[in-house]
Amino acid sequence: MTFQRKHYAILGLWVVALIALGLFVWARFAQPGYQNAMADVIGPGDYELVTTSGESFTQDSLKGRPSAVFFGFTHCPDVCPTSLGDIATWQEELGADNQIRVFFITVDPERDTVENLKDYVGWVPDAVGVSGSPEEVEKAVKAFKIYARKVPQDDGYTMDHSSNVLLFDANGRFFEPVGYQESFDRAVAKIRRMQRG
Amino acid sequence: MYKSILLAGVLAGFGGLAIAEQVTVDPSSKPSAHAVILGQLSITDGFARATLPNQPVGGGFFTVTNNGDADDRLVSVSTAVSSGGEIHEMSMTDSVMKMRKLEDGLAIPAGETVVLKPGGFHLMFTGLTQPLVKGEVLPVTLTFEAAGEVTVPLAIKAPNARGSGGHSTHDGH
Repeated sequence: MTFQRKHYAILGLWVVALIALGLFVWARFAQPGYQNAMADVIGPGDYELVTTSGESFTQDSLKGRPSAVFFGFTHCPDVCPTSLGDIATWQEELGADNQIRVFFITVDPERDTVENLKDYVGWVPDAVGVSGSPEEVEKAVKAFKIYARKVPQDDGYTMDHSSNVLLFDANGRFFEPVGYQESFDRAVAKIRRMQRG
Repeated sequence: MYKSILLAGVLAGFGGLAIAEQVTVDPSSKPSAHAVILGQLSITDGFARATLPNQPVGGGFFTVTNNGDADDRLVSVSTAVSSGGEIHEMSMTDSVMKMRKLEDGLAIPAGETVVLKPGGFHLMFTGLTQPLVKGEVLPVTLTFEAAGEVTVPLAIKAPNARGSGGHSTHDGH
């Protein structure tokens, strides 16, 4: 091996090492930055809705305390009652002093008025229902990157909709979703992780 | 690349599970089984979910086994406390819930067991005239194309009950 070859080999190793370091730095710092960027995209918008406690619901409503946001509708025999039931059990587990706020936003404002939603969600600790004009609900659906679609049936219609519960931290920033029927333990652990900040 | 192959494998596995669940009986559901027999059909594990306040619709579930050699079909459903009854299929795609009315009913093939359960096939009671209260029983009349009509008692469980045996509100974990 000539001196020059050895030199190139060492140089090659340095290049490999630098690439590895670069990848490490990117994975450690840049990628969470990318996730942070996503967190800023979910939630903000110029929607203005109304809650069952008579307050307006805007992007600023998520600030102050951690919250869970769920989109659903009352003409829903399975996913929506299940999710609300699950959220109620999370609240029990978290205890009265550590409960999060719950916003149940209807994807079916034509049938779900604020009045209808009051009792529907009222039994879940710290939960309010949210409705408004179809235009404002549409804006919220877009702002939260939710899928919702009206599907005609012979005797009316049903709604296809995203089933994730979206968690928001005390700054009103999107934290993580809880998937439909994700285990009780995992969901509560996620919420506690969010509360620790 | 490997990740996507792995993901595809996992998804395929889930798909297989979902199909398998329609044709096998979960042994753990046996104890609560007081079968309602109608001809060659055996119906077990009927339950409904308590409705939330102001919830205009309710959901019902059961397991049916066709012990005969001819296919049958669940074609209609009714209760005394709802103006209508529908048979639905629910699916979850990329976390989006889709629910469809089965216009032609639900096939109960010869020799097979079909499970109606949360997250899959279910009965939907529309236009409820009274709430479904946990602990009570909802009699539901089912009409099958071949076997005819039968009334099955559905035990009303918690709004998020996963099965007929569960009494805890978070028995999913």
